[in-house]
Amino acid sequence: MLVNNFLILGAVLFCIGVYGVIARKNAVMVLMSVELILNSVNLNLLAFSQMNGNVDGHTFALYIIAVAAAEVGVGLAMVLLVYRNRKSIALDELSEMKG
Amino acid sequence: MLAHESVAASSGWFLDHAFLIPIIPAVAFVIIIFFGKRLPMKGSEVGIASMVASLVLAVGTTVQWVQRVNSVGGEEAGALSKGFFGFTRGLLAGGEAEPYVQPVIRSWTWWSSGNMEFGFGQHIDGLAVMLLLIVTFISTLVQIYSLEYVRGDRRYTHFFASLTLFSAGMLVMVLAENTVQLVLGWEIMGLCSFMLIGHWWEERANSEAALKAFWTVRTGDIGLLVGVAILFGASGTFSIHDTSRWAMDPSTSHTVLLWASVALFIAAIGKSGQFPLHTWLPDAMAGPTPVSSLLHSSTMVVAGVFLVARLYPVFYNGLSIAQDGNTANFIAIIGGITILIAAALAFVQNDIKKVLAYSTVSQLGYMMMGLGVGAWTPAVFHIFTHAFFKCCLFLCAGSVAHSGSHHSFDMKKDMGGLAKKMPITATAWILSTLALCGVPFFSGFFSKDEIIDNAHYQGYTIFWIVGLVGAFMTTAYMTRATYLTFFGTARGAAAGEHHDEHADAHASHDAHATHDAHDDHPVAVHAAHGLDDHGAGAHDDHGHGAHAGPHESPWLITGPIVILAVLAVVSGYINAAPFHIEKFLEWVEPRGSEWAPALEHAVFKWINAVPSIVLVALGFVVSLAICRGLYNSERFPLKGLTQRFAPARAGYAFLANRYYLDALYGAIIKAVAYPISKAAYWVNQHVLDGIVNGVGIGGRKSGEWVYRNVDQRLVDGAVNGSGAAARGTGGALRPLQSGKVNQYGALLFGAAAVVALVLVIVNS
Amino acid sequence: MSAVVLASEIQVAQNIGFGIIAAIMVVGALKVVTSSNVVHAALALVLVLAGAAAQYLLLAAEFVAVTQVLVYVGAVMVLFLFGVMLTRAKLGAETDLNNKHHLLGVPVALLLFGVMVWVLVDGFRDTKLPQGADAEPVSVQQVSDSIFSPYLLPFWALSFVLLAAVIGAIVLARKD
Repeated sequence: MLVNNFLILGAVLFCIGVYGVIARKNAVMVLMSVELILNSVNLNLLAFSQMNGNVDGHTFALYIIAVAAAEVGVGLAMVLLVYRNRKSIALDELSEMKG
Repeated sequence: MLAHESVAASSGWFLDHAFLIPIIPAVAFVIIIFFGKRLPMKGSEVGIASMVASLVLAVGTTVQWVQRVNSVGGEEAGALSKGFFGFTRGLLAGGEAEPYVQPVIRSWTWWSSGNMEFGFGQHIDGLAVMLLLIVTFISTLVQIYSLEYVRGDRRYTHFFASLTLFSAGMLVMVLAENTVQLVLGWEIMGLCSFMLIGHWWEERANSEAALKAFWTVRTGDIGLLVGVAILFGASGTFSIHDTSRWAMDPSTSHTVLLWASVALFIAAIGKSGQFPLHTWLPDAMAGPTPVSSLLHSSTMVVAGVFLVARLYPVFYNGLSIAQDGNTANFIAIIGGITILIAAALAFVQNDIKKVLAYSTVSQLGYMMMGLGVGAWTPAVFHIFTHAFFKCCLFLCAGSVAHSGSHHSFDMKKDMGGLAKKMPITATAWILSTLALCGVPFFSGFFSKDEIIDNAHYQGYTIFWIVGLVGAFMTTAYMTRATYLTFFGTARGAAAGEHHDEHADAHASHDAHATHDAHDDHPVAVHAAHGLDDHGAGAHDDHGHGAHAGPHESPWLITGPIVILAVLAVVSGYINAAPFHIEKFLEWVEPRGSEWAPALEHAVFKWINAVPSIVLVALGFVVSLAICRGLYNSERFPLKGLTQRFAPARAGYAFLANRYYLDALYGAIIKAVAYPISKAAYWVNQHVLDGIVNGVGIGGRKSGEWVYRNVDQRLVDGAVNGSGAAARGTGGALRPLQSGKVNQYGALLFGAAAVVALVLVIVNS
Repeated sequence: MSAVVLASEIQVAQNIGFGIIAAIMVVGALKVVTSSNVVHAALALVLVLAGAAAQYLLLAAEFVAVTQVLVYVGAVMVLFLFGVMLTRAKLGAETDLNNKHHLLGVPVALLLFGVMVWVLVDGFRDTKLPQGADAEPVSVQQVSDSIFSPYLLPFWALSFVLLAAVIGAIVLARKD
C-alpha cells in the first residue's frame, strides 16, 4: 500500500473538518468538526510511524486522543455555560469581541 | 538506578544518607498540610519533630565529615591506599589518590528527556555540611520560638507548614548535586518566603510586601536561569562538581565564564538583597518575626551568598578574583556599595526590625565583598557566625514586641528602658550586638575582621576602607538601636501605656489575629503576671503585657534566645585566627586543585586589627554620645538638626525615602510597562481599527474629493461608483473584526494555506 | 514463489479494504459537516471515527485502534450526544445550522486541500508502507515503553492538562 493512501485520506478529512469549522453555526457541530481534524492528524502520525518503523507516532496518537477527550470535555462545558446564559449556542451571536 | 555510585566504607552512614535531611521536612510539610489541623498541637509538633530529626542527621553528618577530613589529614603524610575514597570518577590520575577531601556525591536520575538526564542527589562538602547544620539548627529554634509567638494565630497550621517547607527548600538547595536541583530549592524558598511574608495578608501592606519580595527576587531569578543555561550549554553538565572542574580548566573560555558569573550574580543580588535589589528585604519585615529571623539569618538571603560560594570557580575565573593584580570586580563593588548604603539607611529607621533588616543587608554585603576579594573562607565563616547573632537579634526584637511594647516595633514611640524589665532579652541582645559589631573576642570579630583583613591582603585597598567604614557605621547604628530600645526613658507601651491604635501606625507590627479574644480575660489575670511567673498555668495571654506593663517573655521565647546568644559569643572560636584555631579553614574550605581555586589567606596580625577595633570603639562612643543627647536632653545642640538645617533635612529625607529607589523602580515600571500597554491599546484602537475605518473613511473622503472636483465635469454615476467602491472596501475589511469565530477560523486556515503554498513554491 | 503471490493477494485485499473504509469515512465526514440534523451528524461522526479505528488496524496500530474505539466512539460520542441533548437542539431537521457565509469555507478548504495534495504527491510519490514480515503489529509493550521512558515528560504534561480539563469542566458546567 502506498503511504499516500493514508496521507491523502487524512488530508481529505482535514479539509472537510476545516470546512465544518468555518461553515457551522452550532457550537456542538463546530466541536465535531474539530474532532475530524484531530483524527486526520492521528491518521498521518500512524502512517508515518508505520513507514519509519518506530512507535513514536503511536505514542503521540495516544496523547492526541487524550488531549482531544479533554478538549471535548471543556468545550462542551463552555457550550453548556453559553447556552445557560443565552439560551442559544449559535456562534454568530457571540460577537461581543468584535473590534 | 544509581547514576554515580560513590558509597564507600569510609564515608559513614550519615554522609551517605545526608539526602534524607531535606526529605524529612518535605514529608512533614505534606503531613502538616493535610492532617495538621486534626493533630493535638495543630501540626506544629510535626514541624518541630521533623526539624529535630533533620538536626540530628545534620549533626551526625557534621561529625562524620570532620572525621573524614581528619582522617585524610592524618593519611596525608603516609601513602594513601588506592580506593580509599569511595568517590572515584576518573579524576584520580595515575591511580594515586590526592590528599584532598573528596566531597561525598551521590546522584539518582530524576527524569530524562531525550539525551538529557536530570539528576537528584547530594553534594556533601564542608560548605554544605556547615549550612546543613546551621539551617537545621536555626530552623529548630525558630520553630520552638514560634510555638509561643504565633500561638492562637488564625493560620497557625499553615504557618508551620510553610516554615517547614521553607527549611526543606533551603536544605534541598544546600545539598544540591546539580544546578537544576539548586534552582528547585531556590524557587521553593521564593514561594515560601512569599507565603510567610504575606502570612497576615489581610492587611494590604503585608500582602504588598510579600508581592514585592516575590517579584524583586524573581527579577534576579532571570539571571539564575540564564546563568544555569549558559553553564549547561558551555560545559554540557548540570553537576556542580563537574561544572567546577570545568570552570577550573584553563582551556575554558573566559568570556563564557564571565557572562555566566554575571548572570548568576544577578540572581544572588536579588536573593541576597544586594544593591540595587535590596529594597524588598526591609519590607519583608511585614512577616511575623520568627519568619524574619529565619529569613535573615540562615536561609533565603544566605542563598545568594551560598550560590556564589558554591559555584566559586565560575566566579573566581570569570571575574578574575584576586588574580592579575585586579583591584575591583563586579561582586566586590556590589558588596561594597551594599555595605555602605544599607548601613546608612539603618540610621534613620525607627522600626527595630527595619534596623536589623538593613543591618542584614549590610552584613550580606560583607559576605559578598569577601567572596569578591577572594576571601572565600572568611565570607563563609561570616555566614556561620552571622546566622547565630542575627537570628538572636531578631528573636530579641520579637520578644520585645511580644512582651515589652505591645506588638509595636517602633523604637521611638514604644520602647526605651526595657533593660530592667526584660533582663534576659536585653542581655542576649547586647551580646549579639557586640558580636555583630565585631568587638574583639565575640564571634563577629573573627569573621568580619578576617574579611576586612583579607581585602587588604589581596590588594583591594578600596574595599578594605569600605569594610572599615562599614564596621564603624555598624557599631554606630546598633548602639543607637540598643540605646533606644533598652536604655533611656521608657516611652509609650514600654512605659505601660495602652494605646489601641497600635495597628495602624507601623508598617510591620505583629498584631495577633486573635488578639481581641484574649482581651476578654479579666484584667486581674493579666495583672498577676509579673516578671517570671508564666509557668502558672495561664498560657494564653502572653504578649499582652500592655495590661500589666512590660515583662520578660516566657521560656519558649527566651530559651532559643539564650542558646543563640551563647553561640553568638562562642561560635567564632571555631576559626579564631588570633588564637591559631583555624578549624573552619580545615573543615570547610574545599581544597582540590581540580575543582576549587587555591586561595591564599592573610595571616592574622593584631596590628592589622587595630584600625577596625579603634573604629568600632569610636563608633560606639560617638553614637552613644549623640543618642544620650538626642533622646534624653532637650538642650542638645544637634537636637532638631534635621528640622533646622536644610542639608541635614535633605539628607534625612534622602535616607528616609531609601534613596528613592522604590520610587525609581515604580517610575521605571510605570515608564516601561505603562507605555507598552498604552501603545498596544493605541495600536489596537488606531492602527487595527484605523486600517479598517481608515480605508472606509479614506474612501469616503476621496469620494467626496471626487464629488467636489470631478463631479462638475464627469457624470454622477462615476462619482457614485467610486463612493460605493470605497464604502465597499471598508465594508469588506470590516468583517476582519467581526467577532465571529467562524470567520476568524476561515481567515486562520486560509492564511495558513496561503503561507504553505508560498513556502512550497519557494522551496520547490 | 507461492508466498509472494499470497503476499500480493493480501495487499490487494488490504487495498480494497482501505478503499471501502476510506469511502465510508469521506461520506461520513461530509455528512457531519453538511447534515441538517444534529443527531444525524453525530451518528455520522461515529461512522468516521470507527472507520478511522479500522484504518489504524490496517496500519498495524492495534492498541491505538482499541483506544480510539473506547475513547472516541464510546466516551466522546456520549459526551456529544449529551451536549446535543442539554442544549435542547431540535431532534428533527434544522435549517439554521450553517452560517450566512458558510460558502466561504469551500474555497478555503479546497485551497488547503490542493496545497496538501500537491505536497504529498510531490513528496511521497509511490513510497510504500512495509508489508508482510516488516509490518509486525506494534505491541502494547512497545507503546508503553515509548510513553514511559523517552516521552515521560509529555506524559506528565498531559496529566496536568487532563487535571486542568477536569477541574475546568466542572467549574464551567456546574450550576450556582
